[in-house]
Amino acid sequence: MSLAAEAPARAIPWWLKRHETLLAIILVIALAGLGAANERFLTVDNLLNQGRLMTEIGLIALPMTFVIITGGIDLSVGAVVGLCAIMLGYSWKNFGFPLPVAIVFALAVGGVAGFVNGLVITRIKVPPLIMTIATLALYRGLAEGISQAHSVRGYPEWFYVLGQGDLFGVPTQLIVLMILMLVAGVALDRTIFGRTLYAIGANETAARFSALSVDRVKLVVYTLSGLASGLAAIVLVSRVTTTRMDMGMGYELDVIAAVVLGGTSIFGGSGTIWGTAIGLAMIQLLKNGLALTGVKGDATIVVIGVALILSVLIASSLQRRRD
Amino acid sequence: MSAAAIAGAARAQNGGLRRFASQEALLALAVIGLAVVVGFINPRFLATRNLSDLLLGNAYIAIAAIGMSMVIISGNIDISVGALIGVLATISGSLAVAGAPILVSWLVPLVLGVAVMAAQGAVVAYLRIPAIVVTLGMLSILKGGLISVTGGKWITDLPQNFHLADLSFLNVPMPVVIMVLATALAAVWMRYSASGRAIYATGGNAEAARLCGVNPQRTVVMVFALHGFFAGIATLVYATQLRVIQSTTPPGLELTVITASVVGGVSILGGVGTVVGSTLAAILIAEITSALVFINVSPYWTDALRGGLILATVIADILRRQRRAARGWSK
Repeated sequence: MSLAAEAPARAIPWWLKRHETLLAIILVIALAGLGAANERFLTVDNLLNQGRLMTEIGLIALPMTFVIITGGIDLSVGAVVGLCAIMLGYSWKNFGFPLPVAIVFALAVGGVAGFVNGLVITRIKVPPLIMTIATLALYRGLAEGISQAHSVRGYPEWFYVLGQGDLFGVPTQLIVLMILMLVAGVALDRTIFGRTLYAIGANETAARFSALSVDRVKLVVYTLSGLASGLAAIVLVSRVTTTRMDMGMGYELDVIAAVVLGGTSIFGGSGTIWGTAIGLAMIQLLKNGLALTGVKGDATIVVIGVALILSVLIASSLQRRRD
Repeated sequence: MSAAAIAGAARAQNGGLRRFASQEALLALAVIGLAVVVGFINPRFLATRNLSDLLLGNAYIAIAAIGMSMVIISGNIDISVGALIGVLATISGSLAVAGAPILVSWLVPLVLGVAVMAAQGAVVAYLRIPAIVVTLGMLSILKGGLISVTGGKWITDLPQNFHLADLSFLNVPMPVVIMVLATALAAVWMRYSASGRAIYATGGNAEAARLCGVNPQRTVVMVFALHGFFAGIATLVYATQLRVIQSTTPPGLELTVITASVVGGVSILGGVGTVVGSTLAAILIAEITSALVFINVSPYWTDALRGGLILATVIADILRRQRRAARGWSK
């Protein structure tokens, strides 16, 4: 009886049952549907422009995938984007740093912000959720306090190449994202570092007893999250040409939704960068598709909120059935 | 639930109770000490008008922090409460303007608050989805839904009798009366009733609580429902103070409420804390925010200070626990 029930299941090739494959199929159907509904959607121009718009979220989603695979979370990413954007503008304008130095400085601030998260999480054992809620408030507060609500604009022309320029007809920042995505994907699949992330997420105690450097890996992961948020801030400032203290507000929702939609378990232990890439595309598609059908921006965050809850619900009910 | 389980839970808490008292005493001391210091620098800070404005304007945060404390003590978190208060305030104001009986416009936020939060609690408890995911999703649903439905239109011309917060009882303004009453009732209920103790038991160790006859799932749903109830009351106090209700969610409100709970001594690891502490902490935070203005510090530093405060309290709490655990092992 049970054999008969299993037979058809075995007939389905393994790669078709993967979460990423299913998502990719849904993505293609959605693309085709939106394309049929609106002729402006499936144009190279529109798709490349959507790629430009999703880069900031995408950059942060890469280390967020790592963080969630270890069973952690980083809610402070949006605030770090705000802080780094302010530090870029402030150090350039008020400290008189040359812009390249200011860019490095802003990245360093992002790295330190993430490092502080990681340090307190690993050394003092503050749960990641609470630590990053606290630093969400702190980093956003620092951005507000340092900037005193002044915005900075008037950056030199060359700086806009990153956020508005093209390379071989493709938005510059999209190429950066693709390269980093490849690096992150390979690192997760093929390196000891990547496999350690899964081990930590699956069973942290077991990982420790297996002599894996759990704390150091976690520290690296949270630092990467801060660095990526810093990079996203620079891309964002370059794209919108101005620095404001409320930049990156609410990014944590989009980023976490993309990662979770991409099949990374919110409980840790499983997930892939390729899944995150598809999740990211789906989030952007959702936004663009809704915008083209005349839905305003505020309503799209409702849909993303629903998608976040539903994808976790479905994933966890599938997981329970498998168990 | 068995009487023995309750007695056990109460005993387990007894050692910590002295510390609660000290945490609350510390907060009360900080509230008074800060007033004295700032009053010394700028006597206008101590003007009755300023102090009463401070209490009136922040009573709703203390009230919302009561429910938040229960949620955190039960081992969960909620970041949707700020958005919920924004939505409920808009609904309440719209009802009043549309000519609904005032009592209806006061009661609907309570009912809706309980319904939304209980639903979230049920998803957390029975479908085992982490509270942060559910409430992050709900935050965006409420926030986006509110703006897209109202288009950000302000609610004006509220009827005169809508303003519950303008009333007073024995010369004490209603928001303060409600804040004190809600805190006292919640504190007594959590300290002495079986279902109140069940919150601590669930947050301290859900499995142990289950073995003692507490139903952790039902407790979590109850806690979220109560949190929604207090969010409803907070909405009443907040909305009926305003002459104009902006149809947006008060920015960062959820963080202020969480800060009040955590600074008030509610352990983010669950199982420990009181609402008296969280109310005192809400007052302290309001006092700090107001004091900044009087000592000529830019209000843009408020959020950084709040972030620093929550971080320091969380780290201190965890270090203190670790030290106590280490002492316990060595015995």
